[in-house]
Amino acid sequence: MGMTMTQKILAAHAGLAEVSAGDLIEAKLDLVLGNDVTTPPAIDVMKGMGATSVFDKDRVCLVPDHFTPNKDIKSAELSKCMRCFANEQNLTKYYELGDEGHGIEHVIIPDNGLVFPGDAIIGADSHTCTYGALGAFSTGVGSTDLACAMASGKTWFKVPEAIKVVLTGKKSEYVTGKDVILHLIGLIGVDGALYKSIEFAGEGVAQLSMADRLSICNMAIEAGGKNGIFPVDEITLEYMKKTNSDRFANNEFTVFEADEDAIYSEVVNIDLAEVPLTVALPHLPSNTKAASDCKDIAINQVVIGSCTNGRMDDIRIAASILKGKKVAPGIRCIVIPGSRRVYRQALDEGLLQIFDDAGCVISTPTCGPCLGGHMGVLASGERCVSTTNRNFVGRMGAKDSEVILSGVPVAACSAIIGRVATPSDL
Amino acid sequence: MKVKGNVFKYGANVDTDVIIPARYLNTADPAQLKLHCMEDIDKDFATKVQPGDIIVAGKNFGCGSSREHAPIAIKASGVSCVIAVDFARIFYRNAINMGLPIMECASAFDEIDNGDLVEIDFETGIITDLTNSRTFEAKPFPKFIQNIIDAGGLVPYTKEAAND
Repeated sequence: MGMTMTQKILAAHAGLAEVSAGDLIEAKLDLVLGNDVTTPPAIDVMKGMGATSVFDKDRVCLVPDHFTPNKDIKSAELSKCMRCFANEQNLTKYYELGDEGHGIEHVIIPDNGLVFPGDAIIGADSHTCTYGALGAFSTGVGSTDLACAMASGKTWFKVPEAIKVVLTGKKSEYVTGKDVILHLIGLIGVDGALYKSIEFAGEGVAQLSMADRLSICNMAIEAGGKNGIFPVDEITLEYMKKTNSDRFANNEFTVFEADEDAIYSEVVNIDLAEVPLTVALPHLPSNTKAASDCKDIAINQVVIGSCTNGRMDDIRIAASILKGKKVAPGIRCIVIPGSRRVYRQALDEGLLQIFDDAGCVISTPTCGPCLGGHMGVLASGERCVSTTNRNFVGRMGAKDSEVILSGVPVAACSAIIGRVATPSDL
Repeated sequence: MKVKGNVFKYGANVDTDVIIPARYLNTADPAQLKLHCMEDIDKDFATKVQPGDIIVAGKNFGCGSSREHAPIAIKASGVSCVIAVDFARIFYRNAINMGLPIMECASAFDEIDNGDLVEIDFETGIITDLTNSRTFEAKPFPKFIQNIIDAGGLVPYTKEAAND
């Protein structure tokens, strides 16, 4: 019986020739990930279990990014707890603020060359599903699962069914991966892929940059998905060569392809030409509309950044739109390069100057405002256009504040116009 | 094992940000988290909930973040079971790992009202609404999952198993 791409990766990591949807398997993991919010409880669990060391000091990656630079004493204690653990365990993939490789976890892990096709990765962060962009299996778990995986290098999975999303056609100018994933979530709903893989296919894939694919897989969870995954092509190989030339040269990875007779619970066809610049209105990522139909909506703030849209391509697009323009009076526009490397590159390319000239504020890499942590929390009644990934009630601050999700072009244009806007409004 | 309590009823897609807003995630202390449980959709929940009470909700309960703080906050509030049409997958796994009983039952969601007194038999999966005298059947947990819940979660369960 044919297997999906995800099923093949899981079978390989479980040492099985074949798996089917619904099978419970134990799989070896290539990388295990935690952040400053989810790791401290996992450390307690690990110690409580009597486990004294991690399974592999090179395969446990810990990243302080949610409430960092620490916003208060309690969050500083969480970071300290994780830092002490990383030191005690001699972890080689702990990224401290200011380290060359530091930044938002899902921005840096691919960019630092830690993900390759065919890998199996779990992380105590729901957006761990991002790495499917490189043809890897990755999914989010809680702190207890993180603890067990840090100790053993293994975890159990229920083998998922899959939805196949076939991409065709040519996308319009300014349409990005973010629009594609919002559009898909609008079609299938926030539970449309519950427990399932979302496997992307079709000739349209070749048009999507690695940044587009990372944004798309990042939000697979917002459709309830276990993971999102792209086939491996030239764009993937180029990205791997750039991010980890040694591993690429040594051929230490496996490219899996879905079987032709793989079983899918559903096939969704998307003509990229039909995907508009898309927004998700409050309070669900599935509440999508064409941005051009939302132009009367006034806003107070714009956030450009996050694990969804804080990559170099995103920052370049934002700068290309904001160049020579001004943020509208009364609007706060917060730009957050997703990693130190992205920040530095933006500095070297003169992009930070463009943002500064436009009247944006520029933040150090952090998840901060996306989850209402800090660096852009909303007051009651305020509304933000944001390139982040969730617009639930109270997500960015007060429970009667609102978040409108968008891609970078809509966010940048909205900052300039002072309401939801698209490049045609400039 | 049976539990009994009054129902707090919510709709579909109850997300982890309303179960426990991220602004409180600078601690993982259950005693602190329970003070803010459900705060953004039901500000009275934390003060009204009594030990044994039951949450009944629509589809996709617990969608969003991977924060284990969500089932921890619900369990620390004294909730004896969450009944939903279905659950988001990370929450489902986390709830079992934390020893928070959860059950999938669409008809219970359709017919149980907010405030009803409900009894649940975990062994049979029978849910009885004592207020309107209706019964519903959910699939009971397999034995090993029930053992994890009885032990209080995956960690105490693993420890017990190691000591056997």
